[in-house]
Amino acid sequence: MRLRRLKAMAVKEVLQIWRDPRSLMIALLLPFTQMFMFGYGVNLYLKHIPVCTFDREGSQASQDLLKRFQASLYFAIAENVTTYPQLVAAIDRADCRLGIIVPPDFSERLNDTGTAPVQAILDGTDDNTANIAFGYAAAVVISYSNTVQMAQLDRQGRTLQVVQPLQVQSRVWFNEDLESRNFIIPGLVAVIMALVGAQLTSLTISREWERGTMELLVSTPVTAGEVMFGKLIPYLLLGWLDAAFCLIIAALWFAVPFRGTLGALFLTTTLFLAVVLSIGYLLSVLIRSQIGASQIALVVTLLPAMLLSGYVFPIDQMPTFIQKLTYLMYARYYVTIIKAIFLKGSGIAELWAPMLFLVVYALAVVLLAARAFRKRLA
Amino acid sequence: MFARIMPIVIKELLELRRDKAARFLLVVPPILQMLIFGYAATFEVHHVSTAILDLDHSQESRELIARFTSSSRFDVVEVAQSQHQINAAIDASDAAVAIVIHAGFADALRKGQGASIAVIVDGTNSNTALIALGYINTIATGFAQDYAANLMQREQGARGMRQVQVTLEQRPWFNPDLNGRWFFVPGVIGTLTLIIVVNLTAFAIVREREVGTLEQIMVSPIRPVEFIVGKTVPFFLVGLGEVALVVSVGLLWFRIPFVGNPLVMLLGTTLFLLSTLAVGLLISTVCSTQQQAFSTNFFVLSPFFILSGFAFPIASMPQVLQWFTYINPLRYYLVVIRGTLLKGVGVSVLWPDFAAMAILAVVLLTLSILRFRKTLE
Repeated sequence: MRLRRLKAMAVKEVLQIWRDPRSLMIALLLPFTQMFMFGYGVNLYLKHIPVCTFDREGSQASQDLLKRFQASLYFAIAENVTTYPQLVAAIDRADCRLGIIVPPDFSERLNDTGTAPVQAILDGTDDNTANIAFGYAAAVVISYSNTVQMAQLDRQGRTLQVVQPLQVQSRVWFNEDLESRNFIIPGLVAVIMALVGAQLTSLTISREWERGTMELLVSTPVTAGEVMFGKLIPYLLLGWLDAAFCLIIAALWFAVPFRGTLGALFLTTTLFLAVVLSIGYLLSVLIRSQIGASQIALVVTLLPAMLLSGYVFPIDQMPTFIQKLTYLMYARYYVTIIKAIFLKGSGIAELWAPMLFLVVYALAVVLLAARAFRKRLA
Repeated sequence: MFARIMPIVIKELLELRRDKAARFLLVVPPILQMLIFGYAATFEVHHVSTAILDLDHSQESRELIARFTSSSRFDVVEVAQSQHQINAAIDASDAAVAIVIHAGFADALRKGQGASIAVIVDGTNSNTALIALGYINTIATGFAQDYAANLMQREQGARGMRQVQVTLEQRPWFNPDLNGRWFFVPGVIGTLTLIIVVNLTAFAIVREREVGTLEQIMVSPIRPVEFIVGKTVPFFLVGLGEVALVVSVGLLWFRIPFVGNPLVMLLGTTLFLLSTLAVGLLISTVCSTQQQAFSTNFFVLSPFFILSGFAFPIASMPQVLQWFTYINPLRYYLVVIRGTLLKGVGVSVLWPDFAAMAILAVVLLTLSILRFRKTLE
């Protein structure tokens, strides 16, 4: 490999990128818009869950209970229905996610036996919201139950020690306020870079073929390796720029705590970019026409990066077979790395395993691409 | 007019039939993606790796720990001997949750002074952490209530006391086991359809333009409207086929119920396909090369996916992004598809979503015809 020829290739590629200002704009704008859109759009925090109440008794006790739902930050009363069909309609229209039904004999049972059931109708189509809503609702009901108990004991002039519940004192590490932003944004940087990176390079080779300039390139003394690295270097610069944008937005705008070192971040990011860019390159070599290249690039990047990288959907909760498949998803290593660098402050020493995977991945892809390119020329 | 549209339709279908790679791309990847993503997308939390440290060694502490070990939500991976080991387990991500019972736990319980347990949670995945904390609280509350009930019962005989207990009964509708797959598989169906259809249409016209065949077509007596209709009809048919394919995978493989009316679903799918075709057409009129079309697709499809309610509740988004979701056809289709598959609701409930998709389709199609005419001049 000659440095002079490599430089010539790189300069040619830079000029080509520079002369297509629209693609360049997209390459630079994409990380910005995606960071903001996903950063704000991906949010699992639930507040003001719409609730319908159906008070079939209308007593002091039932109203006391329902008022607690009104007072809770987690719930917003969407409607106080008076008939069952109204409740059904409200859930059907998704006007509310939760229906609380107080039975007609609520206070009677509470006075006679001490136990009274309340029903929570959940819209099960969204199981995550349903589970979280039920958890909040159960907490509201338990606190009501405890208040009633204490009031009764009070009336009997007794102390309340017996009902003192067991307390769970929880401490959350690495993300102290359980801010979903801190968990999602670092992973998001990885996903966006995986998408943008493969995008950047996947069209470079197929463009040469379609425009017929490849024949021209081959007739010059440049070697296959020089073509590849010459084409990749300018995109690596662009990739660094994009990654820097994303990381700065993550740390400054979204205020995700950064506890690691810049050195570790730079090293791992470069490694990841090498993988992503060479994958785009491999795709562009493998698939002759641009339409095929881009279709496949979209298929193997967009949804897998979103769903198999572990940036929101936890990999350890997937079936074993799918878990094995995620090892192929290069973004997962960078998701692990970048979350650890940001939140745990991990250094190279702790991250050697995913970094090793990235190195192996990069080498394998580069070798594959070089071989495929030679084959195409032959 | 019809006579001029038909040849275009036939030409497109022939092109598809001859293109082996395209036929493969239309059938195999969607099925594979359905299978993989149907399993991958889940927020359910089972088998949380848990470390336990019992410094009390009492009957009560063992009883409480037994409640954790017997729950399928928690997998006890380590029984630690010191706080140091607990910290190391969380640091190394060996355990996502640690439960520490300090000495004096049983004593405090017996005296009724209010006992406590310490819990450490790895917050790197805040959603899992939140759900796991919820389960821990449920188990702890259950333990406390049973313990109190026991105590009360013993005292009741002596002093005539009674325990008050208001309980909340869980009644999930449409999805009795709250199975997460029932929520995500319909979402995957909608998303895959969106990506396939937009991609196909966006590239079709751009390719003709790039290859130069568009000029040829334009010198023929065909009008822009007829050309666009001729181009859209085959993709519409392909889109219907795709929906049928991925819905079948959802019903047969993932055993998603289909309680609604297939005709309502068909109507909703038709409107959805028209609006996504329009999105693809619009992209193809703004782009002159396939590379631009590819980048633009990316630009458009990923926000459509994230801001659709596929996984992240629209109600939790900031207001500006919520406005954006109104121009997202996938947002409406997910309501329709979940509504017909799981809830079994009909047009009386879904009409606002139908109307929105219809308006989107009309506006976008008109826009793309206008733009298309302009690019020709």
